[in-house]
Amino acid sequence: MTRDPSAWLKVSRLEAWYGDFQALFGIDFYLGEGEIVAIIGANGAGKSTLLQTIAGELPAAPEAVMFRGEPFGGKSAHQIVRQGIALIPEGRRLFPSLSVEENLQMGLHSRRSGPWTLERVYRLFPVLETCRKRSAVVLSGGQQQMVAVGRALMSNPIVVLCDEISLGLAPTVIKDIYAAIPEILASGCSIVLVEQDIRRALLAADRVYCLLEGRVSLEGLPADLGRERIAEAYFGI
Amino acid sequence: MWIDTILQGVLLGGLYALFATGLSLSFGIMRLVNLAHGDFIVLAAYGGVVAVNWLGVPLYGSIVVVLPLMATLGYVLQRLVLNHTLGQGILPPLLVTFGISVIIQNVLLTVFSADSQGLNTGAFQTTSLDLGGGIALGWFPLLVFATAVGVIVGLQLLSSHTALGRAFRATSDDPRIAQLMGIDHHHAYALAMALTMAVVAIAGIYLAMRTTVTPTIGPIRLLLAFEAVIIGGMGSLWGTLVGGIILGVAQSIGNHINPGFGLLAGHLAFLIMLMLRPAGLFPKTLDA
Repeated sequence: MTRDPSAWLKVSRLEAWYGDFQALFGIDFYLGEGEIVAIIGANGAGKSTLLQTIAGELPAAPEAVMFRGEPFGGKSAHQIVRQGIALIPEGRRLFPSLSVEENLQMGLHSRRSGPWTLERVYRLFPVLETCRKRSAVVLSGGQQQMVAVGRALMSNPIVVLCDEISLGLAPTVIKDIYAAIPEILASGCSIVLVEQDIRRALLAADRVYCLLEGRVSLEGLPADLGRERIAEAYFGI
Repeated sequence: MWIDTILQGVLLGGLYALFATGLSLSFGIMRLVNLAHGDFIVLAAYGGVVAVNWLGVPLYGSIVVVLPLMATLGYVLQRLVLNHTLGQGILPPLLVTFGISVIIQNVLLTVFSADSQGLNTGAFQTTSLDLGGGIALGWFPLLVFATAVGVIVGLQLLSSHTALGRAFRATSDDPRIAQLMGIDHHHAYALAMALTMAVVAIAGIYLAMRTTVTPTIGPIRLLLAFEAVIIGGMGSLWGTLVGGIILGVAQSIGNHINPGFGLLAGHLAFLIMLMLRPAGLFPKTLDA
């Protein structure tokens, strides 16, 4: 490798606050180009907060988030998605007044060009084409998650931040969603997966971080981390 | 005779729908309750008076002058002032727009005095379409009604068929997620207010053509607009037209019974609708 992979998307000594409550205490994290990285951890460990801060929903010091050599901390969310970092929010959060297709078209507001079009999203998730005119909220949970993934892809991102995409879904449905990941990677995206489902996260990821109470408690390659070390880092025991 | 009264009321409802559409838009998209809405209508009416009576712009050309000015004012006001009042509960926008209402009324009083002014439409005001059987519909009320229908059809098409309309509906549903999609919600809200003020400009010019205006008649237009919006259901544009028509017909019937009874009859109709359908006839935010 000719360049430092950690110089692509790099988070250093990141702190995040909700009012007076500190949620992140100096997180160091990086995502290399083409990589898929999992972030695991218990409820309240700060996983979603980390993604939301990278996506610009929470304030951060400018140099705390660097993307391709540029400071991204403190930019607003609409600017960051226009630079190619898309967040798939926890709980899917589709627009209820919009049809499936209109939800997907919302991704176009990033004003980015790239490989992802309506046709390609429908090829990835054929079931969505059959219900494209329906209101997004009448779909099953799995189909809604496909819309949420497709909507993010329509913005033609180069980094996709996935917040709990398997939450509340049946195992077979989770399998369908995860089956899309290789194609998303092949389209030139790098992926950050925040997951409660540790086994699935370890299977999919190149590298894994474990967060505990707002700090990184463990990081490494899935193959190198034993069950015991992960349990220790996860629960803090 | 009753048919005539009801038809006149329906046409009057077109004007009320124009008053109310802007209110419905800004509430539907931004959840902004604008207490200065009536005063903006009056401001636009005075804009028409200045353009036509002072500057000699042709009567219907005044809309070409006033509409872009009001839309620009709406954009700037939203960007500089109103955006800062949103997202912190219902009170800040109410207080700020109430203040704007007081400012507009006093500025208009200072500049134009309390004397009533209006736009003279000439013979057009008194000509009518004779339907026979003692029923005649004035061309001017017909024009106002047709404009109201046209504005609502236009806004519906914008809402359901354009990227901007999609962005408005998405921002109305969930401003946080809309930002994640790349929408600058401050800009989107300002565009929504510009659109609102464009409709306000049309309503104001028609108001000055229909009657004379004084600086303090804004609040009663606001009340009528509120009543039309609430009868129709918050955020539903066609509901707003129906609400305006119900108000107009009630006033027309009231006036027919006793010339002093018109406004009261409208308010009574509103109260009855509020008891029967508290959420309005077609409740929704901004329909596709």
